[in-house]
Amino acid sequence: MLSVLKGMWMVFLHAFRPRVTIQYPEQKPYLPPRYRGRIILSRDPDGGERCVACYLCAVACPVDCISLQATEDESGRRYPEFFRINFSRCIFCGYCEEACPTYAIQLTPDFEMSEYRRQNMVYEKEDLLISGTGKYHDYNFYRVAGLAIAGKDKGEAENELPPVDIHSLMP
Amino acid sequence: MNEVAISLLIVFGVLIGVVSIAAILTMVERRLLALFQDRHGPNRVGPFGIFQIIPDMIKLFTKEDWVPPFAQREIFVLAPAVTMVTVLLSFAVVPFAPGIAVADLNIGLLFFLAMSSLGVYGVVLGGWASNSKYSLIGALRASAQMLSYEVFMGFALMGVVAIAGSFNLSAIVEAQRRVWFCIPQFIGFVTFMIAGLAETRRTPFDLPDAESELVAGYHAEYSGMKFGMFFVGEYMGVTLISMMIVTLYFGGWLGPLLPPLVWFFLKTFFFIAMFILVRATLPRYRYDQLMSLGWKVMLPVVLLNLVATGGVILALG
Repeated sequence: MLSVLKGMWMVFLHAFRPRVTIQYPEQKPYLPPRYRGRIILSRDPDGGERCVACYLCAVACPVDCISLQATEDESGRRYPEFFRINFSRCIFCGYCEEACPTYAIQLTPDFEMSEYRRQNMVYEKEDLLISGTGKYHDYNFYRVAGLAIAGKDKGEAENELPPVDIHSLMP
Repeated sequence: MNEVAISLLIVFGVLIGVVSIAAILTMVERRLLALFQDRHGPNRVGPFGIFQIIPDMIKLFTKEDWVPPFAQREIFVLAPAVTMVTVLLSFAVVPFAPGIAVADLNIGLLFFLAMSSLGVYGVVLGGWASNSKYSLIGALRASAQMLSYEVFMGFALMGVVAIAGSFNLSAIVEAQRRVWFCIPQFIGFVTFMIAGLAETRRTPFDLPDAESELVAGYHAEYSGMKFGMFFVGEYMGVTLISMMIVTLYFGGWLGPLLPPLVWFFLKTFFFIAMFILVRATLPRYRYDQLMSLGWKVMLPVVLLNLVATGGVILALG
């Protein structure tokens, strides 16, 4: 009997505790920077598309919600002709971000993606592509990769030695 | 003519008042439970969520009123009405303030006990007519629980009757001018409150409609406003038991400064809040615990209380 009364008193005291509820639409919850929300495609610091259309994200995707088509511009840079994510299928697992070799595809702390029409859940490349660099500010794939493109030959990338002359005997 | 008008006013005032209190309680209970659990509760519709009742009512009234094909139709439809009508009838004898009572019966307390016993029929018939196993188990539990708690509920009240010397509720309130009966009849008050919890099927004794075991017990098959009537009936039961506690043990309308009606409702709301606090605190009893508490603890305690009360009255002449 006494323990019941003590319990009731304790429960009553909870009326004066701070609330744990976050009143959502007015009060936004804190989302950590690595929160896995809406997927974006980032650009490198020079403003070029980071995506090299390697299809690794589409392969890694467990629900097959990513669809893209690779193509190449006149300078030899690969880029996706179209890049489509069906967010009504996406499970926000982040495997695409882990698979991406160029930090192009990234998940962002944003979950407010509700739509009235199901068709609007399909995001095209212009919906996905942002103007910034996302989480990695200095990374530029073509500046560190050994691939030759217009304006940068083999051996001219950062931290890259000139190619070895395999026909020479000199060290 | 004037008297008829006044009594009609009281009748409809009590009816509308009681039903709207029960409706508001559906919101107040959720808000208070949230308060005790560090949450906010429904606070979106209107200031502090007070208009939450309106969407709830619209939902209950417009929902499909489904009668299962395997149910016994007539009894199935009748049962919620029985629950609600018996509780509403009990309010007829509650004295809200001097002169404000629908029927100031000289056997008011017995009428209240009779009506709360009849209330079991609504639950039992509802569970039986639903023709489903969960409902039937709920109804069985309800009948056993209500019958065994009815016994010592009646005995708990007899102490008050012995001191006041009347079954008339207004007379009982008037007899508390000197001291509220919660002091000489403290054991009676505690046992009556426990019996009231069981009688209204509230949390520590909510075995008949135990959601986690029996889906919803006796009203598992009900939908729409038929379910709503069970629901509102339960809240009216809470209000009724709170009003009875106030009338019998806490001096009814008596109190300084404020008008009698305000005192009555303030005290009533305090005990409604206590009911909700008990719900926020205690888990559900097991069936055998419920039965042994009723028969092995409460009944002897109440009988001893009655004997002691009688002895003291005799000794004081």
